Amino acid sequence: MNVTRGFAGRPRVHNPGLPPGQYDAGDDWPVLSAEVTPDLTPADWAFRIDGLVAEPRTWDWDGARALPGSVYEGDIHCVTSWSKFGVRFGGVSLDAFLEVVRPEASATHAVAYSHTGYTTNLPLGDLTGGRAWIAWEYDGKPLAAEHGGPARLLVPHLYFWKSAKWIAGIHLLDHDEPGFWEQNGYHSRGNPWEEQRYSGD
Amino acid sequence: MTDTTVTGFSAPRSPFSPPTRFAVPGRIAVSNRAAAVWQTATLSEIRRETPHAATFRFAVPGWAGHLPGQHLMLRVTAHDGYTAQRHYSLASAPDDTGHIELTLDHVEGGEVSGWFHTEARPGDQVEVRGPLSGFFAWPGDRPALLIGAGSGVVPLMSMVRHHRARGLDVPLRLLVSARGPEELIYAGEYGDETTAVFTRRASEGVPVGRLSAAHVAPLLTGAGRPPGGWEAYVCGSNGFAEHASRLLVEAGQPVDRVRIERFG
Ligand SMILES: Cc1cc2nc3c(=O)[nH]c(=O)nc-3n(C[C@H](O)[C@H](O)[C@H](O)COP(=O)(O)OP(=O)(O)OC[C@H]3O[C@@H](n4cnc5c(N)ncnc54)[C@H](O)[C@@H]3O)c2cc1C
Repeated sequence: MNVTRGFAGRPRVHNPGLPPGQYDAGDDWPVLSAEVTPDLTPADWAFRIDGLVAEPRTWDWDGARALPGSVYEGDIHCVTSWSKFGVRFGGVSLDAFLEVVRPEASATHAVAYSHTGYTTNLPLGDLTGGRAWIAWEYDGKPLAAEHGGPARLLVPHLYFWKSAKWIAGIHLLDHDEPGFWEQNGYHSRGNPWEEQRYSGD
Repeated sequence: MTDTTVTGFSAPRSPFSPPTRFAVPGRIAVSNRAAAVWQTATLSEIRRETPHAATFRFAVPGWAGHLPGQHLMLRVTAHDGYTAQRHYSLASAPDDTGHIELTLDHVEGGEVSGWFHTEARPGDQVEVRGPLSGFFAWPGDRPALLIGAGSGVVPLMSMVRHHRARGLDVPLRLLVSARGPEELIYAGEYGDETTAVFTRRASEGVPVGRLSAAHVAPLLTGAGRPPGGWEAYVCGSNGFAEHASRLLVEAGQPVDRVRIERFG
């Protein structure tokens, strides 16, 4: 252990909900996106699932909103070290979308992409089983544009760069393909509890 | 995107590319090995820049080098094993072999910047890993329009220093925003490439106000715009990044040629 002289850190209470290397950002919700925030209205928004599926499908705003609603209440973790506790997102479970398109048995991975062209890869297993959402509400209000509104992907059990803002589609593949940050040195999966920050972790 | 399968063979896969307009791709490939390893950095010098910002120079003998615009992850460790880690942009030009410089704002109540500004002294050791992210990097190849505010000028200064140290003649312009002249980081180092914008206070005769279309437009039209246009690099707080990137796009800069680094 490389102790830093004179560094004590903040007084801390043990928080079992805090993954290693993270701190509680409290009320802050830092914005970290590499591109210009798009001017995207619900009327411009569409969401497509294709690739290795039986029936590729595109939903418009009303079509997506017509699916049964689902809420995520819990924590989110960003690779830049902040975590945010007790957040509440409203949207639709990704399972509801996948049920319609029916993934092929050969589909193992996905590339999620946004209306800006941002991409991020995920094992399909991280998107199913009630662990991923298309979210359009935060704290009961429409999701702000800088946080990915009108709608973003939400995969709260992984670092937040996996939760693509301004989600446009999910493409299913039979192999893993690195997305934007993953090509820039970030870990392929990004599990905060295992501190999978950068490639090689 | 269908793989044509001929009995026994399959066509080579082409990677999936989304049908949407592609966000600016990374400029360089990142060394995954350098990104994975923690190295000891020994503080060798502290230089005050402004009442709230100081530059910290470190010896990192195994530093693999970086490109201007890249950042690193810095970790400090307490006696009980508690660690805090934060991202910091590299301020120094790449040619400073074995040494790197960071410039930190003293954030009110900040855990890591607080340690640096109140405790740190030469000889102290911290750990760093990186360089990280090829996305905001500028290798010095294309005309670059840099816009920063507060400590957001740090990665941009690395670009300016690189441009100078290498004697590059590719066009480079820097718009830097600060509350007042006393808060302008690296004030003594700017040259003709730089325009400072003061939002609250300025010396006699210098206008005060936010970065506006009037600062940006002349660089994007007519003689101000290099043939082929600019790569734009915007860095600062999220509020500033939103404001500056909107000004750029409104003035005609293509969205896929705006790179943004938000400090949170
Ligand atoms: C890519 C990147 C590059 C960056 N480059 C630079 C750079 O070059 N220079 C620079 O100065 N910064 C840079 N930053 C910002 C930097 O990473 C830190 O966020 C900054 O230094 C603040 O860290 P800190 O530990 O001092 O403050 P923190 O402890 O993180 O606190 C930040 C704020 O939150 C409050 N806070 C948070 N948690 C608590 C708590 N538990 N109790 C009380 N208050 C709390 C603090 O009061 C303070 O206002 C960069 C960020 C990114 C993402």
